[in-house]
Amino acid sequence: MTTRAFQKIYTKIDNITKATVTLRASGVGNDELATVGGKLAQVVKIMGENVTLQVFAGTEGIATDSEVIFHGEPPKLKVSDNLAGRFFNAYGEPLEGGEAVEGEAREIGGPTVNPFKRLQPSELIATGIAGIDLNNTIVTGQKIPFFADPDQPYNAVMANVALRAKADKIILGGMGLTNDDFLYFKSVFENAGALDRIVSFVNTTENPPVERLLVPDMALTAAEYFAVDKGEKVLVLLTDMTLYADALAIVSNRMDQIPSKDSMPGSLYSDLAKIYEKAVQLPNGGSITIIAVTTLSGGDITHAIPDNTGYITEGQLFLRNDSDTGKVIVDPFRSLSRLKQLVIGKKTREDHPQVMNACVRLYADAANAKTKLENGFDLSDYDERTLKFAHDYSEKLLAIDVNIDITRMLDTAWELFAEYFSREEVAIKEELIKKYWKA
Amino acid sequence: MKTTGRVSGIISNIVIVKADGPVGQNEICYVYTGDTKMMAEVIKVMGDAAYVQVFDSTRGLKIGDRVEFEGHMLEATLAPGLLSRNYDGLQNDLEKMDGLFIARGSITDPLDFEAQWEFKPLAQAGDKVSAASWLGEVKEQWLTHKIMVPFAMSGTYTVKSVAAAGSYKVTDTIAVVTDAEGRDHNITMVQKWPVKQAVRCYAEKPRPARVMETGVRAIDTFNPMAEGGTGFIPGPFGAGKTVLQHAISKQADADVIIMVACGERANEVVEIFKEFPELVDPRTGHKLMERTIIICNTSNMPVAAREASVYTGMTIGEYYRAMGLKVLVMADSTSRWAQALREMSNRLEELPGQDAFPMDLSAIISNFYSRAGLVKLNNGETGSVTFLGTVSPAGGNLKEPVTESTKKAARCFYALSQGRADSKRYPAIDPLDSYSKYLEYPEISEYLDEHIGKGWVEKVYAGKTIVQRGKEANDQINILGDDGVPVEYHERFWKSELIDFVILQQDAFDDIDANCPIERQKMMYEMVLDICRKEFPFADFEECSQFFKGLINLFRQMNYSQWQSEKFNDYKKQIEQYVLAKTE
Repeated sequence: MTTRAFQKIYTKIDNITKATVTLRASGVGNDELATVGGKLAQVVKIMGENVTLQVFAGTEGIATDSEVIFHGEPPKLKVSDNLAGRFFNAYGEPLEGGEAVEGEAREIGGPTVNPFKRLQPSELIATGIAGIDLNNTIVTGQKIPFFADPDQPYNAVMANVALRAKADKIILGGMGLTNDDFLYFKSVFENAGALDRIVSFVNTTENPPVERLLVPDMALTAAEYFAVDKGEKVLVLLTDMTLYADALAIVSNRMDQIPSKDSMPGSLYSDLAKIYEKAVQLPNGGSITIIAVTTLSGGDITHAIPDNTGYITEGQLFLRNDSDTGKVIVDPFRSLSRLKQLVIGKKTREDHPQVMNACVRLYADAANAKTKLENGFDLSDYDERTLKFAHDYSEKLLAIDVNIDITRMLDTAWELFAEYFSREEVAIKEELIKKYWKA
Repeated sequence: MKTTGRVSGIISNIVIVKADGPVGQNEICYVYTGDTKMMAEVIKVMGDAAYVQVFDSTRGLKIGDRVEFEGHMLEATLAPGLLSRNYDGLQNDLEKMDGLFIARGSITDPLDFEAQWEFKPLAQAGDKVSAASWLGEVKEQWLTHKIMVPFAMSGTYTVKSVAAAGSYKVTDTIAVVTDAEGRDHNITMVQKWPVKQAVRCYAEKPRPARVMETGVRAIDTFNPMAEGGTGFIPGPFGAGKTVLQHAISKQADADVIIMVACGERANEVVEIFKEFPELVDPRTGHKLMERTIIICNTSNMPVAAREASVYTGMTIGEYYRAMGLKVLVMADSTSRWAQALREMSNRLEELPGQDAFPMDLSAIISNFYSRAGLVKLNNGETGSVTFLGTVSPAGGNLKEPVTESTKKAARCFYALSQGRADSKRYPAIDPLDSYSKYLEYPEISEYLDEHIGKGWVEKVYAGKTIVQRGKEANDQINILGDDGVPVEYHERFWKSELIDFVILQQDAFDDIDANCPIERQKMMYEMVLDICRKEFPFADFEECSQFFKGLINLFRQMNYSQWQSEKFNDYKKQIEQYVLAKTE
């Protein structure tokens, strides 16, 4: 950052805590950026002359006589088409050198789209994964997280989804990404020849955690540029939002705020909503779709982070290891896409809703049969058949390594129905059975 | 002379203002930053320092920035022309805002001040009037909108003159009244009222004595909502709160519906924007949007305005109630409102209560719910505000402060259960945990005797007992195995399943099943209850489950058929024969 002539330099800091410094200064605006001893900081509280700054990289090494320079503006990102294909840090500076991107500087974390100006999402995003396309169809303008345990391959699934979704731009917001995962994303995008439509803002585990707080706003400011200004379909990937929330908790703790449930700040819901609600279907045809990752601890969705997320997002996708087939599947019971009703059977083949429900119902019957088996009760012939169906359903449709189009998924489901069940047992509308039953 | 002040401290959206004159608690002020003017509300005063919450982003605000105090509290503007509008939490008309984004400090008129209204006088010179007395009326959409003496005018007045029938703007004087001291007051069609104060211009507030139909069987039949009553719907995410609320808003027997989208998803509001102008209210034949007002403060809009939104909605509800109308106010979700209170209380460094919510949360909630109610107006007419809120309990746990505080205040409890939602038994209203206190009201009981059938309440309790016994039987079956219990246990269980599948479950996405009028509910429920009272000679549990599965299927087809159509009556006959064949 270069110092401009009118900027006042302060050299007397009064208080230093782990994450904040306080000094006497005047003419300072709320949320404004500053440099403290060469580190980037943001104004978080002003009390008369006393200005408190949050130092993103932590206050290690800052002394009471360190230089404080106020920038006179909140965090901004320079937006232009040249963002495409580039990797940035949390401050929007190019990683691995390279020239800075020139363009219009926009404040990050900007205003809300007027709800009255939004359109209802109506365009399907095909991912090739049946656990998503068939059971939990995603729509442009939707926001949906993966709820996954840390050992599950959520980043790989997300990279796949991103590449297969026919998005004009993919914006990756990495928070607390391990360096290995960062390199993985990079090489997957490179190998797919998709680098020119990808913009990344990455905070790795090597960077200070508080810096993460800037990543979603940076990513979404870039997304708004492409969606609003250019009318493009933008897909934003945010991983891992649990680490983002953890950073919020650190800051609120250091600001002496009273924690609410699970040591999270009381404003967690609003903080998360500000990010997720940027997902939008715009009247100009552009859209922002957000696919995020929220890692769980031990599958607990009642923890404040997944719980608040669930109330904000339009559904959630659960990954699960299926012991029958040894594959990772998208759990058909706990996963939900709230917007699927807007497209299934309308943008997809007419039998989609009924086939989807029949599959899940039969899969549930299989789960009951399994419980029976475990409790030592005898299985009926129907029970046996549901178990066989469940195995094939899991392997041919639910597994995340499946990559087929939706019509093929529906045909596969009909093949499984015919193999294991009678027409009555499947209980689908008569006219659809007549049309699609695989004799 | 207005009090002014200067910004002397900023913590997120709480701003400390050094004021140069008197400042009132909850007074509104405007904070100026550059060319932008942002609304704020005083929430604490310490000496000459006023703590104000800004209904907008305080980014860039500086020490020394100018503040002007308005001398009044946050007010709703009340006049003809509110119906069909889409407001934010502070009653700015969202439709009138320019641009895709809501710019900071966007303030738009809640009314169309140019529109002309056909006024018809009701009062005459010499009439004695007081606050909320009807002076005249205009047609708003198809409703008769009364023009009243403003709620804020205390004491009695004598009408000096009323405008002749004709076309007027809302700001034109339509009446002149004289107070006891002989001063004249000009009255227009517009009045303002502070949203956080209840409107009390009525003669009395009797106990609710009528049922408000919603077309949802699990509510109307099992736990009816009273007109002028209060209820709440807690449920974990994915349990169908919003679908249920939307269903009620479409079908409820009310003249005016006010939907407060309080801190929820924008796409859900978009759904209302898109559907309501097209859907037709079967009772009146008019478009749903014509009776609806939307107050929309979605989760990413300023937190402080989220708190205001529920009050704005309630105040507009009370305004229409004073015209002798039936109003339904719904808020989705009151938990977000409570969270907004928590954020403020936290920034003010107040000592927290449970889960960091403010200590007075319970009092705030019950105070708000108490504004609903059936009222007898001064002229003998009645009006009502029915309030229904949703609660989003953290982690789906009903033992959290917002749910518990609301339970103390609301009379109906519609608990959505995760288990029912998981097994796709929608609406997921738990038949055993949920209750309606109104079933215990003798007034309501009499009303039901008269409007549905003699002894209806006993029938409802009989059904509840069957469901309860069915659950107990099912627990036994699960422990001891299908063969380990007598066949009667299976019969008991399947009778409760019959009630569950035919009465409690309802398909909100099916055109016919979605809305079930009360006479249809009565017929279906009595049919089901009759069958439950029979005893069947089942040889074994498989025969029992086969029989009931077949029966449930027939009943469901009936639920999907047009009321009293040939198909409907045909299924009815089939059911009667099916049951007869088994009992013989």
